[in-house]
Amino acid sequence: MVAAYAQAFALVFDPYVLTVIFASALFGLFVGCIPGLTATMATALLVPITFFMPPVPAIAAIVTATAMAIFSGDIPGALLRIPGTPASAAYTDEAYAMTKKGQAEVALGAGLVFSAIGGLFGTAVMITSAPALAEIALKFSDYEYFWMVVLGLAGAVFIGNASILKASMSLLLGLLVACIGLDNPAGYPRFDMGVTELKGGVSLIPMMVGMFAVSEILRFVVHMEPPLKLATEKIGNVFKGMWGLLLKYPWPLVRGSALGTVIGIQPGSGADMAAWMSYAMAKKFSKEPEKFGTGHVEGIVEAGAANNSALAGAWIPALVFGIPGDSITAIAIGVLYLKGLNPGPTLFINNPQNIYAIFLVFILANLIMLPLGWLTIKAAKNVLRLPRNILMPTILLFCIVGSFAINNTVFGVLLTLVFGVLAFVLEENGFPVAPAILGVVLGQMMEENFIKSMIKSDGDVTAFVTRPIAGFLAVSTFIILFWPVGAWLWRRYFSRRNMPVTE
Amino acid sequence: MKLNDAVLGAVFLALSIAVLVTIQSFPKIPGQSIGPGAFPGLIAILLAGCSIALIWRGWRERASQPLVAIGAWLGSPRHIQNFLIAVGGLVFYVLASDQIGFLICGVIILLALFLTLRVRPLLAMPLAIVLPVVIHLIFYKLLRVPLPWGVLPVLW
Repeated sequence: MVAAYAQAFALVFDPYVLTVIFASALFGLFVGCIPGLTATMATALLVPITFFMPPVPAIAAIVTATAMAIFSGDIPGALLRIPGTPASAAYTDEAYAMTKKGQAEVALGAGLVFSAIGGLFGTAVMITSAPALAEIALKFSDYEYFWMVVLGLAGAVFIGNASILKASMSLLLGLLVACIGLDNPAGYPRFDMGVTELKGGVSLIPMMVGMFAVSEILRFVVHMEPPLKLATEKIGNVFKGMWGLLLKYPWPLVRGSALGTVIGIQPGSGADMAAWMSYAMAKKFSKEPEKFGTGHVEGIVEAGAANNSALAGAWIPALVFGIPGDSITAIAIGVLYLKGLNPGPTLFINNPQNIYAIFLVFILANLIMLPLGWLTIKAAKNVLRLPRNILMPTILLFCIVGSFAINNTVFGVLLTLVFGVLAFVLEENGFPVAPAILGVVLGQMMEENFIKSMIKSDGDVTAFVTRPIAGFLAVSTFIILFWPVGAWLWRRYFSRRNMPVTE
Repeated sequence: MKLNDAVLGAVFLALSIAVLVTIQSFPKIPGQSIGPGAFPGLIAILLAGCSIALIWRGWRERASQPLVAIGAWLGSPRHIQNFLIAVGGLVFYVLASDQIGFLICGVIILLALFLTLRVRPLLAMPLAIVLPVVIHLIFYKLLRVPLPWGVLPVLW
């Protein structure tokens, strides 16, 4: 293990990799800071560039850029009352209220410092738990993998979506997209509509550029919004008073980091969900809940830590089982496959130095967040003045080149267009996009394990639940599946019983 | 653009039926009950079930929700134009880039988008020329992506 760590150090502390980390940090900070450009979009835009890099810098670029983007989403939240990324939305009003009170530097400082601490917390959990989980995952057979995938997908649909029906349909659509092409256990070309480029399946990167970047641009061009207006131009020393806050709010910090990590691990829900839940939790457990919403820093401490720890947490199932914890890791898994680093427990045995290198990048990213984040806050008012009507068309051109670059065919651009419009229409109509992307990434794995299990058991479905771990996973899945139904029956039962009392 | 759930459900239902029809022609593997059509078939049946539920829900709410609700932006010609130019730009690239090349396509797409998004023409013109050149240099020279030259001679 020590030798592997030494190798990992050599991999990360290489001038080329450090340059990539630095550049993607600035890129992430910039993208996060601009409203309408999300951390997921940052990842989607980076992927075509990482395509030309060796595995470690490729993953380092994604890890660093997303960690930075999640923090810097706080900046326009505090200054413009518009969250830079959805992960900051939970406490945007709070941060803006602080700015109105002349405490912009406290709001931004708390966002910065506690983001870094939350990120380090999540990283620590990942470093300690992922190798241990990999040991367990080694004992998994097709049945367990099948249930892991189903459990992950069920979580993506049932947790935190406004309409479970629409989330399910989005997921099923993703699974159908995954069926396209030759890559199935029978090796039979399915649904390729006679297009040669579809024989190998829908190319993941152009699809993701479409779903997460082009759809966002379309939303921008049809959005009617007033021009941005800065609430203040004066930002003091952001690190002042942070030590005091740390001593004052140790529990919210730990609670937010821990909850964030768990939400991150849970497939399908990522940083934004972690921030919303932590903010609500901070208010519930606070000694002064009445101050929430009036410019009180406590919620920012807890939720700011939570969204960054969720980011690290999401990588745990991604690395150990190949099951993404959120849409960012879904894209990252696509990159890992492209680089021949198929995620799963064997990666921990055959290439531990790569895994350890990812751990190191996480630590490094959260540390350099402090100085670079400080610089970004200093430069924020200039960044926020950048005209988005120039930025968005430029990004569109970048999307074109990026989707072309993967296979050097214009078919990639066509895929980007189709999936961009599709994602735009789906979201306009209340269908979440994250389940679809998880479906596409996991479809092949799900089918393979399903078919292999069925063949092994000779069509006997009971084999799916008789192995102990498989049985446990099956029960967990069904709990998630029937939770909403159970909760509904419970409410109905109680509201009936209580009716005479309330009347 | 907000469509009634019943309309959306019908679209999804049509998709699942199309999948179920297509898999009928997939070959069976001798001696095995499970062929290449099994998994997509299962998914399509589940999707069809969800679609019917969605249609039912949309139909129940048809009084409060029209079949096609014109969203705020569809009422504004300017925003429709923005949308069409953004999508049209991509379509134009797919159709024309091989013939006329990346640079010219890029300039046309950027200029059209800049103007419809109301960037001042004096600023839009030079930017629409400089930005494609910069992007081309990065990808063509640094990353060696063979972006098409089209009608232009190979310049660098």
